[in-house]
Amino acid sequence: MNWSQLADVVAAILLLLGSLLTLVAGVGILRFPDLLARIHAGTKPQVLGLVLVLSAEALRVRSWPVLGMLIVVVIFQFLTIPVAAHMVGRGGYRTEQLDRDLLVVDDLRDDMMAATRAETKPPSYDD
Amino acid sequence: MNGFHPRRRQVAVSVTGLIVLAVLWAMLWGDPHPGTIAAGVLIGAVTVFLLPMPRIGFHGRLHPWGAFVLLVKFHIDLVQASWQVSKLAFRFGYTPRGGIIGVKLRRANDLTMTSVAQISALVPGTIVVDAHRLTGTLYLHVLDLDLAGGAEQVRQDTLELEARVLRALAPREELERLGLVRARRRDTGKKEVSQ
Repeated sequence: MNWSQLADVVAAILLLLGSLLTLVAGVGILRFPDLLARIHAGTKPQVLGLVLVLSAEALRVRSWPVLGMLIVVVIFQFLTIPVAAHMVGRGGYRTEQLDRDLLVVDDLRDDMMAATRAETKPPSYDD
Repeated sequence: MNGFHPRRRQVAVSVTGLIVLAVLWAMLWGDPHPGTIAAGVLIGAVTVFLLPMPRIGFHGRLHPWGAFVLLVKFHIDLVQASWQVSKLAFRFGYTPRGGIIGVKLRRANDLTMTSVAQISALVPGTIVVDAHRLTGTLYLHVLDLDLAGGAEQVRQDTLELEARVLRALAPREELERLGLVRARRRDTGKKEVSQ
């Protein structure tokens, strides 16, 4: 077995693993109970799955220009996926697209309520 | 670069941005042909000119070792996070019960907060739901609190992540003030050389 065959075998394994993770992301999005939980499935397994598939491609194609392109794609995935997840999560939270029964603690609501109270309360100069 | 006039520094920063954009453009085309690079510079110039970004206020210095540790740990965490979510996705008949946890970071600095928020979206258990810039507080949604080991554990993990980010790019005085200097021996030798 020479090097290029080895690279092909590794590429095949990575490709399968990556596809599997993408499947997992899909199952998670279907199965998880509410928006916030579903974002978890749409970020982590999905990003790693894509990284594995792209690594497989780099190993199979073995060309520098393609490698450069794939690295840029991965960097932008790492940068944009968290931002997208944050925007969906924040929007979903503020429009109450969530199941409160599933939240054990919610520091954000507590802090937001405290802030609202502090705004509406007439200022007291005793303390 | 510190002795520069502020406007000069601004120009230097956007020239760096221009070079980065041109290199990205050439990488995306996958060919360092002069025409591609010229087009990249042109498009980069238009982008930098039309969409000026707010200054990020980076006063630290990139510590190579800290950045390396941060990167390696990030990839390990990404694999663990995916594994964790996969297990939960196939655990039929079990509903994950999460929570939203506020974590107050040590350093309420735009760059630190953004980095920690970005990375925490891809490490086990958390995504950022909201951030409060003035107090430097991140509100993280945890997928399953039991699995993550409770709210305190999440706070501790996030602060450790912040420590790794700071070790990668915070100024030395700041690290000393926060008591985060661990790799002292390795760095003192280097500091003399680089300055």
